[in-house]
This record gives sequence, C-alpha cells and structure tokens, in this order.
Amino acid sequence: MSDVWILVLGMALVTFLSRYPVLVILGRMPLPAPILNALQYVPVAVLTAICVPMIFRPGGEWFLDPTSPYLAGGLATVLVAGYYRQLLLTLLVGMSVFFLWKWLWYV
Amino acid sequence: MIPMVVGAVPFGIIFGALAVSAGLSPGMAMAMSLLVFGGASQFVAIGLVTQGVGVLLIILTTFVLNVRHALYAASLAPYVKRLPQRWLLPVGFLLTDEAYAVTIARYRASDTSACKHWYYLGAATFMYVSWQLSTLLGVLAGNQLKQMGEWGLEFAMVATFMGIAVPMLVTPGMLLCGMVSGAVALIFYDLPHQLGLILATCSGIVAGVWAGYCYPVPVKKEEHL
Repeated sequence: MSDVWILVLGMALVTFLSRYPVLVILGRMPLPAPILNALQYVPVAVLTAICVPMIFRPGGEWFLDPTSPYLAGGLATVLVAGYYRQLLLTLLVGMSVFFLWKWLWYV
Repeated sequence: MIPMVVGAVPFGIIFGALAVSAGLSPGMAMAMSLLVFGGASQFVAIGLVTQGVGVLLIILTTFVLNVRHALYAASLAPYVKRLPQRWLLPVGFLLTDEAYAVTIARYRASDTSACKHWYYLGAATFMYVSWQLSTLLGVLAGNQLKQMGEWGLEFAMVATFMGIAVPMLVTPGMLLCGMVSGAVALIFYDLPHQLGLILATCSGIVAGVWAGYCYPVPVKKEEHL
C-alpha cells in the first residue's frame, strides 16, 4: 500500500498548512479590531458544535430518552462545569454519570 | 492540561487499534500520528479508508476539518507575533484543539508574564508525546481493542470539550454563540464532510458578535482553566 504514504504525507501537509502560515502571516499584519472581536467566539462555537450532536445524536441517530447515557452524562457535565469551573472534576463526574447510566440501562 | 491528556489518551489508543484493523501497517499508523497530529482528522481518515474512499478525497476532507486550526492560528497570532521565527514552527505544528484551549486561556490571563509561550510549548509537547504513546499502545493491542469505541470512551472528548466551553459562557455574546452553534450543529449534522460543523461554527460566531454588540459587557472577564 504505497497509497498510504501519499495519504499520510498529504494529510500532514494540509494540516500543517492550516496552522503555520496563518500564524506567520497574521503575526506580521495584525487583524482589525472587529475581526479580533469575532475570533474570541471561535473556541465556544467550535467546541459546542462538536459536542452537542454527540450528546443528542450519538452515532448519528437521535437518542432522546431519559436512559440515554449521552444525555445524562452531558447534563451532568454541563452542570458541574458551569458550577465548579474545574476541568478535571467535570471530566470525572461526567464520565462517572455516563458509565453509571450505561451500566444501569444497557449492560 | 492533565484532564486534556486524560481525555485524549483513549482516543490515541482507539485510533491506533482502528488504524491497524483498517489495514494500515503499524508503522503507517504511527507515521500518521507523528506527522499529522490531528485527532479528529485521523479518525475520519481511518473511517474513510475502511469505506474505500480515495486518497485525494480523504486529504480534501482533512483540509475541510482543519479549517478550525486556521481559526485557532488566527486567534493566537496576535499573542505570538513578537516571538522569533524558530518559535512559530513548533507553535504551528503542535496546534490542536486541546493546546489551543489551554493556551488561549493562559494568554488572556491578566498577568503580563513574558514566558507564556513556554507554557504553550510545554502543554503542546506533553500532548504530542501522550498522543504518540497512546497510538503505540493501540497499535500494539491491535484488534483486541476494536470494541473500545463501543464502550463509549468517546464521551471523554465530550466531557473535556464541554468542561472547557461551559465556563467560558459568561457574557451574553458567548452564551448565544454556544446556543446557536449547538443548535445549528444538531440540525445540520447530516450534511456531508463535516459541513454542518463549519456552518454551526460560523453561525455561532455571527450570533456571538451580534449579541456582544447589542449587550456590551463593560469589563471583560476571562476565565482561568
């Protein structure tokens, strides 16, 4: 499979190109304030866009049942993250609720 | 930083195991982790390889998935512009969701330490090394770990990312940004090539800017991680 080398190198190239040149070019010519203002929303927008579908549609199918480990774990995660603002605690509680629900209803 | 790595390790292991069971040689699986170093795009690539999708289309998909890295880089650029050229190469190569999330919080912290780029390098290198080790572990365990994905370890990623995003929702702009982005991502989840993700991100940003304009927050409050 020499194709695989092309795949790996091609992926490495496009990934690198999306990171490094942007950093260099924008470091030299600073962005106008409105764009900087918009950029502060990037992390929240990307992270929620990744997570919300995984909570409500794990694997692509809608899963809106009280027994859903994704829904229960997601709710626990959001509550703990919002209240305590500590990442490690959030991760521990979220994962525990997720596995508890899985064990309760699906084992 | 440690929670990030905890969240990423299962993915590295699963990636290694999936790559081998998809027919990649152990060396190729490792090469992908070493050279690409992009969790989401590596997973998607293996999924597409399994479905027999052509090399060019997989590379194109990787590019689409990586649009967010360009956004991260653009957001980090003002903070690293004073760094010498030799710094920008590792900063660029090691830029991931995780490294970006911890670092942007550090850069926005009110203190004026001149060593914040060392924080980035430490965090990102730690992440890189763990990604390699966990991939190796998955490659070695091979097919025995194939069902690990079914245990639901992918939820570690959800918990990690929500743990980062939720504490940032302290202004009306951020709150609306998250709500719109999540709703759009949910509705357009079925669009091919992660287009829903890009659409959701863009609408979230627009909503956030709009809300920030309507309800300006006098003192900008940034959260530490």
